[in-house]
Amino acid sequence: MIEAVLKPGGDAATALYIVAFSLFIIGIKQGTHPTTAKRGNLIAAAGMAVAVVTTLLLDGMGNWGLIVLGLGIGTAIGVIASIRVQMTEMPQMVALYNGVGGGAVALIAWSEIRHGISLGEDFPLDSLIPVIFAGIVGSVSFWGSNIAFAKLQDLIPTRPIAAPGQQVINAVLLLAIIVISVVLAVDHESPSQGLFILLLVLAAILGNLVVLPIGGADMPVVISLLNAFTGLSAAAAGFALDNVALIVAGTLVGSSGTILTMEMATAMNRSVSNILFSGFGGAPSGGGGGSTEERPHVSIGAQDAAIKLAYADSVVIVPGYGLAVAQAQHAIKEVADELEKRGVTVNYAIHPVAGRMPGHMNVLLAEADVPYENLKEMEEINPEMPRTDVAVVVGANDVTNPAAKNDPDSPIAGMPIIEVNEAQQVIVIKRSLSPGFAGIDNDLFYEPNTSMLFADAKAAAAEIAAEIGNL
Amino acid sequence: MSLMTEITIFVLAVFVGFEVISKVPTTLHTPLMSQTNAIHGIVMLGGLIVVGFANDRVEYVIGTIAIAFGAINIVGGFMVTDRMLGMFSRKPRPKAEADAKKGAG
Repeated sequence: MIEAVLKPGGDAATALYIVAFSLFIIGIKQGTHPTTAKRGNLIAAAGMAVAVVTTLLLDGMGNWGLIVLGLGIGTAIGVIASIRVQMTEMPQMVALYNGVGGGAVALIAWSEIRHGISLGEDFPLDSLIPVIFAGIVGSVSFWGSNIAFAKLQDLIPTRPIAAPGQQVINAVLLLAIIVISVVLAVDHESPSQGLFILLLVLAAILGNLVVLPIGGADMPVVISLLNAFTGLSAAAAGFALDNVALIVAGTLVGSSGTILTMEMATAMNRSVSNILFSGFGGAPSGGGGGSTEERPHVSIGAQDAAIKLAYADSVVIVPGYGLAVAQAQHAIKEVADELEKRGVTVNYAIHPVAGRMPGHMNVLLAEADVPYENLKEMEEINPEMPRTDVAVVVGANDVTNPAAKNDPDSPIAGMPIIEVNEAQQVIVIKRSLSPGFAGIDNDLFYEPNTSMLFADAKAAAAEIAAEIGNL
Repeated sequence: MSLMTEITIFVLAVFVGFEVISKVPTTLHTPLMSQTNAIHGIVMLGGLIVVGFANDRVEYVIGTIAIAFGAINIVGGFMVTDRMLGMFSRKPRPKAEADAKKGAG
């Protein structure tokens, strides 16, 4: 059927795989700027096409019916899902894609074991060990990502779910996984398929148990970490299959996931192990939570807010996940448009953990047609704050709490914040004075230059936009 | 390929990965993630090889599911990234672009 065939593991095939991973690297490199990123994505996709076609041209490939079937089903699901998904649902989409990727690795590892056993020869350790590793990490990622997906999609409660003694159970599971891996490796002359399947099952249970206790607010870290895991599992599969394209591509993904995980953890001022094993992100952390007495604060209406904004020179909007939940990004953009018509400078200050995955808030605002030049990172906007007339906090809480800087005893002490308290005036749009996920009072709400606008973010923004238009 | 060659490639790829990816701005982290996710779909090659050379029913089933999973990962990942990046690049503002050029020059 196909004339040109490539020898598996031969120079021609390897050369084409090198072309493929080079295109991946060029594609990611182009992703460093919004204007070239779209082209970069196409370049990376072209690299993938090269890799896939090269593999299909390998000498001895058969079972075309099954290959077409698998490709057809997967392509159809992928196309439909990517067209239908809402931008607010992007974190769960990424979790799902991540999950199927991990699942594919686990399945490939399983069939490699079967294949090796069926040959009846000694299983070389330099492919057996990567296969075992790929199977474990792939299975953990598949199930962990599915739980993350279910939490983000509200199929299961986002609050931490943990059984007593969970840490012990996890430790025992991990130990069992290590022991079985060692047994398989020692027995490399005839590894047992049954043991390998048990390994996949234990890894699956571990994946479930590790992600279940993690609260919704910690999802940006979890998704990044699972991304790093699947990357590593793909690289391991590359070692097992002697495939350079898999090794390099998997490593790139692993690096990306690792960098994002570390950035997210830094932005929350918590270590990765603390996030994974403390079950924070839901339960109020005790201590200072006792001060429930009403503290004096200033409350205003949409009309007052509109006047403050309309007569300002510069306004900074600080969006948080609450904005995404209320689907208020378009309404906020209307406020910004009205202000810009009056000559007010409007910028957006994005905290690294605003949203439910790295960079999520930027995508939501881009969807509402906010130009990316107006999206400012925390380090960039903080020095501008003292020169800002009005800072508007929408659906954000802990990331603006000055206690992180001023109170060394605060549970969030040291967490980098957007310093809205440095602005001349602050308007906080929020439903109530209730604390954020860290469970602590936000001192910002009680500062003399802060005005609280108690309302749903979307309704309030629409009202403010209308009021500014009427001025 | 020898194991040591593969480890050499792996280590160099770690450095390249950290170098390239640490330059991606926070603004583009979500598309970066969905794009690297799509690249991760390259594991589908493993599925193709499994099915292409399989001659046993269990491997047919496992491999075909792996191909389907990988294809979801690849096709969905690249398409959704394209959609997102389209939002960043649409309606360019002439003034802002001129400013950016001034800044760069």
